[in-house]
Amino acid sequence: MALLVDKYRPRSLEALTYHEDLSERLKSLAQSGDFPHLLVYGPSGAGKKTRIVATLRELYGPGVEKIKIDSRVFQTTSNRKLEFNIVASVYHLEITPSDVGNFDRVVIQDLLKEVAQTQQVDQSARQRFKVVVINEADHLTRDAQAALRRTMEKYSPNMRLILLANSTANIIAPIRSRTLLVRVAAPTESDICTVLKKVGAQEGWAEAEGLNRRIAKDSARNLRRALLMFEAVHAQNEKVTDKTLVPPPDWEALVAQIADEIMAEHTPARLLQVRAKLYDLLSHCIPPTTVLKTLTFKLIPKIDDALKADVIKWSAFYEHRIRMGSVSDFRISTFSTDEVF
Amino acid sequence: MANFFNNKARAAAVAATNGASSAKGAALKESQNLQPWVEKYRPKSLNDVTAQDHTITVLQRTLQASNLPHMLFYGPPGTGKTSTILALAKELYGPEMFRTRVLELNASDERGISIVREKVKDFARMQLSNPPPLYKDRYPCPPYKIIILDEADSMTQDAQSALRRTMETYSKITRFCLICNYVTRIIDPLASRCSKFRFKMLDQGNAKMRLEDIAQNENIKLQDGAVDKLIKCSEGDLRKAITFLQSAARLVGAVKTSRSISNVNSKKRGHENDEDEDAMEVDGIDESMVTIKSIEEIAGVIPNNVIDGLLHAMQPRSKGAVYEAVAKQVTDLVADGWSATQVVTQLYQKIVYDDAISNRQKNKIVMQFSDVDKRLVDGADEHLTILDLALQISGVLAET
Repeated sequence: MALLVDKYRPRSLEALTYHEDLSERLKSLAQSGDFPHLLVYGPSGAGKKTRIVATLRELYGPGVEKIKIDSRVFQTTSNRKLEFNIVASVYHLEITPSDVGNFDRVVIQDLLKEVAQTQQVDQSARQRFKVVVINEADHLTRDAQAALRRTMEKYSPNMRLILLANSTANIIAPIRSRTLLVRVAAPTESDICTVLKKVGAQEGWAEAEGLNRRIAKDSARNLRRALLMFEAVHAQNEKVTDKTLVPPPDWEALVAQIADEIMAEHTPARLLQVRAKLYDLLSHCIPPTTVLKTLTFKLIPKIDDALKADVIKWSAFYEHRIRMGSVSDFRISTFSTDEVF
Repeated sequence: MANFFNNKARAAAVAATNGASSAKGAALKESQNLQPWVEKYRPKSLNDVTAQDHTITVLQRTLQASNLPHMLFYGPPGTGKTSTILALAKELYGPEMFRTRVLELNASDERGISIVREKVKDFARMQLSNPPPLYKDRYPCPPYKIIILDEADSMTQDAQSALRRTMETYSKITRFCLICNYVTRIIDPLASRCSKFRFKMLDQGNAKMRLEDIAQNENIKLQDGAVDKLIKCSEGDLRKAITFLQSAARLVGAVKTSRSISNVNSKKRGHENDEDEDAMEVDGIDESMVTIKSIEEIAGVIPNNVIDGLLHAMQPRSKGAVYEAVAKQVTDLVADGWSATQVVTQLYQKIVYDDAISNRQKNKIVMQFSDVDKRLVDGADEHLTILDLALQISGVLAET
């Protein structure tokens, strides 16, 4: 049995529920015959991937859903061997170059050229070109992005790229100027409610509108999260009503607890306790950025209005530091120290 | 002057051969229709290159003198650097000799030090191949090869220094052309060996002409002011503007199978292929237009009212109220998927031109902007960063 998220994932552009004008646009692009390179961006859980898969289906027909997983070995200049997984159908390839970290350039150079230099094998295919979907394009290194530049132009008759990213900030300008930017906004809370209602009806679950609305609010406009929460609630309770509690993920509960502790007492001893808890979180592989962000937003309602701007300032500051790659737990503890005093 | 006429004669000769092989041309045409317009309208000769008058004049002269210095092209993206050198090479060598005389390496090719030592050096010292007889009448085919190193600023320092001596030793039979966005990333010894050409941002007039030209060729109707909007959104980057235009055209479904277009083309260029003439069929002209709004949508420009909403939220009032208002705006902004860099740029535009803010305050605010920009480039979390920026600005605004 599949998760609800997968079970009810729309398969065609017509089945997508929100952003009708965007779906319409993608459809007209797919049908027009000359499909541009795309850069699809938007927050997570907004349905970027679903849209792309649906678009591919529109381009090539149901054949794109027959996928297989290939494992390829690449060799870097320093003769190191890299293993790399590719999800492929006859018509398209899907890669996540950030899997191989700093060596993503090698993959981009080798793989894309190889793909681009051959034409579509299947003569009956609807399109002359193949599509390469690149996941997490915003995590590509500068080198890899630079490698994309000329490839995109030179081999455009044989290949189209679809880049998926959370934000365009890390994409270099030359790439941005070669692609059509497609923004996928997160669904609104009422959009989420509609989806939840539909899914609930199909599963035959009793409807609880208040609960749906609460889930939509808690999910922070992330449809995937909302669906998972929805499923969790229904799995844990036999009968749901408007008042059923939505269980937060346990790490979130812990962060909330930390926030409470920080506010309750401002002593060095308490600081040590908080620190231990933060270590605990980090050792469970919760990304430091997420911890910091959640902590900040849990703290905000509890503190004085005058301090809010400062807290945000330091939070943003340390978040940046974390990105720059220093010891992250140190940053978070410093951050909480700042809060305390 | 004689040389000038000679060039014309060559062009005529080219036209003749192309007419002969028009069957091949038709097949080519089909694949061309699928091409992005950026490629399709890439200048075919130096004369077609827009706006870079100074550079073009110099290059035209070298074309006639049949001597070329090492060159370093630099300038912002989309100003025609790659186009210029490709056009120059095509004019010099023509289609047949192009392959043996020109080596194009860009960042998509491996360009570590070993490649510079092997591939580049091998190509550089290779003996010149002789052009087939009569070929010289049509193309100048000067006695040197060209190595184009595109996106040279992404080459490592080591690889660049490996080039130094190579450039000098083989200068008799090889010319280098380096292309980059940031001239500062090219090491000095290399830069001093090249004559530098700066490609400036395209000015409004030229970009406008070019875009209107393309729109006409592709049979697109533009709303009044749409071209200006395109230019504004693309910030002097012609490639971006053309991509936007094409996307916009696709969206409104204004693009028909470009039969009639190829006609316009063949008339204009004279040598494309003449047999298309009889295939002239007027497509049903549709009324769909490229509007300013659709261009804004494609360019990812945030609507003014959203930015105004944020600005309004940042206006000073009692502290707590500011936070709540700003936080709400920012959360919506992020959830709607607007890119943080775009938010920063547009907010910056608004604030810098706002006369109600004193210079001292602007000074402080701009400091914040630069800080935030750096953070975003480093990949910091967009939500926190934008929220921080908005709160800091409102803090500065509250100062008197």
